[in-house]
Amino acid sequence: MSRDASRLGLLLLLAPLLLWLFLLIILPHIGLFVVSVSEKVGVREYEIGFGNYAAFFTEPLYWRTFARTAIMSMLATALTLILGFPIAYYIAKLTKGRTKTTLFLMCMIPFWVSELVRTYGWMILLRETGVFSNFLQYVGLTSGPIEFLYNDAAIMVGLVYTSILFMVVPLVTTLDSLDDSLIEAGYDLGGTSLSVMREIVIPHAMPGIVSGCIVVFMLSLGNYLTPILLGGKDSLWFTGMIYTQFITRFNWELGSAFGFLLLALSSAMVFFGLKLSRQSLSNTMGR
Amino acid sequence: MTEAPDLVCRDLVKDFDRFRAVDHVSFEVPQGSFFSILGPSGCGKTTLLRMVAGFQTPTGGELLIKGNSMIGVPPNKRPVSMVFQHLALFPTMSIGENVGFGLRQRGVGRSEIKTRVEEVLARVGLPGITDRRVDQLSGGQKQRVAIARCMVLEPDVLLLDEPLGALDLKLREHMKIELKALQHEFNTTFVYITHDQSEALVMSDNVAVMNHGRFEQIGTPHDIYHAPATAFVAGFVGEANRFKAKVTGKGGSTLSLEPESGAKITVEGVGSDIAEGQNVEVFLRPEAIELSKTEDSFDDDQNVTAGVVTSVLFNGANSMVTLKDTAFGATLTVALPQTGAFSDLHEGDSVFVGWHPSKARCYLVERSS
Repeated sequence: MSRDASRLGLLLLLAPLLLWLFLLIILPHIGLFVVSVSEKVGVREYEIGFGNYAAFFTEPLYWRTFARTAIMSMLATALTLILGFPIAYYIAKLTKGRTKTTLFLMCMIPFWVSELVRTYGWMILLRETGVFSNFLQYVGLTSGPIEFLYNDAAIMVGLVYTSILFMVVPLVTTLDSLDDSLIEAGYDLGGTSLSVMREIVIPHAMPGIVSGCIVVFMLSLGNYLTPILLGGKDSLWFTGMIYTQFITRFNWELGSAFGFLLLALSSAMVFFGLKLSRQSLSNTMGR
Repeated sequence: MTEAPDLVCRDLVKDFDRFRAVDHVSFEVPQGSFFSILGPSGCGKTTLLRMVAGFQTPTGGELLIKGNSMIGVPPNKRPVSMVFQHLALFPTMSIGENVGFGLRQRGVGRSEIKTRVEEVLARVGLPGITDRRVDQLSGGQKQRVAIARCMVLEPDVLLLDEPLGALDLKLREHMKIELKALQHEFNTTFVYITHDQSEALVMSDNVAVMNHGRFEQIGTPHDIYHAPATAFVAGFVGEANRFKAKVTGKGGSTLSLEPESGAKITVEGVGSDIAEGQNVEVFLRPEAIELSKTEDSFDDDQNVTAGVVTSVLFNGANSMVTLKDTAFGATLTVALPQTGAFSDLHEGDSVFVGWHPSKARCYLVERSS
């Protein structure tokens, strides 16, 4: 009796999660997959086949955009790591108490406003009539206005900016758990700043680095707003291409195939990333 | 010896924002000796050690290692190594990589590192464990690896920051003997800090007792125990019965004292700074007190009083009995003789205690306390 009751309780507690997983993740993916393997042969006539996937590989624009998105996301991840690591190290190891909280909060504050507003902020800074352009003209470094927007560098700036918090947080957590005496022992045994960093700090921070990289890579790969707004119509981001297929071209079949390819890509990247860094998913994400 | 001592500190001072952690400390440690700094937590001993290691800069004073000033020399350039309180073995490396870390930093060749690591591990009694991970070792093995990691660099001075603190009692006793043996084996100068007096007394050639940032006394373990220079040393090192008394007479180095209750006792061998009429504190080791069931078994010059046993604390060879002295009302702790003569002692028994006037130590009661 009481066992049945506790089982029912458990089921009820799990119900929202299970419903969410099933209705919003599993069911749509099954539907999407079914759509992606349907080929249109006539008006309201469909056949099962992999023609949509074949279209992706035969049309260079599609797979080149795909590759470009992957490479730019990797670059954004690397840049975020390079920028985020010193910030995280400073917060975790060189500050204490209130300063630490304040700095951590300062990293967080930009994320209190929506991504759209933040991206418009960058547009105000970078556009032809924006702050940077006007400042350079005022100082006299250029004679005419400069357009900083609508190029790959602008996309990169936006991607790094929107995802740096997700790199800093796991890094601060893992670096916090590094005992200061290990760093001191490194110096005491004759280590230089560089060798202590390379042999003691980075190996310890590896789970944080990998989990930060996974999150940032996923966020960049799946980002839609930033590449479209900062990159303009030439941004050629794969999410934008999926959007076009669904909304503009009304080609749901091809769009679904693209969606599945993106899913496969991100899963593969995470898999190889973990293999390369010899970390396990439970080790990096499970804490 | 004309050779400069391995470590010399002169008037070393360290100030923090609000207080002075180390206050004009001076000492010398000759080559190959085992020097302990003993003190309660918060007395500044860790700060002192960290200054020697180079992690903290002294506010004032001099610090010489083998005759060279170390002021302004960063920790990775000093000929000292430190065994940390929690050992600080690198968990991401194997034992071999841990021990070889310092040699790698010096740019020693790969094959030479391998032989030297094997050699030093064999010397600490752990041959052939280079491929193991840190978490596969027991507490005592980690200890020895931590020492090996420092000794492979052949430092002039090895600093040890309470490394035995985390071990259980049995292992700690064992490691005390082992550390002393290792120090002999390597013939390196060890500077050891601890709050455990038995660690300091067992292992050291010289002990410095530290309190509130100052050295109260530097001496051999024997001197520290039997001739403590201050009341703090007498109270901190070893067990001691302590009671307050007023000086009623002074003849040479012999004092006549009157404890608060009115009985009369005499104490010998006190310094000249105590005068008649002052208040003193008397320290008396439990093993300096003799027990007897009859009053006439004591010598004439001993202080003899009667007491009632309040409890018997059996602890093997360290068994004690506490008794209430009926003459001056103090509670005394007395070591039971190991002959087993008083094994039939029970609570409530009447006994006589006697102690020789030269066994007690007197110190002036400080006004502030």
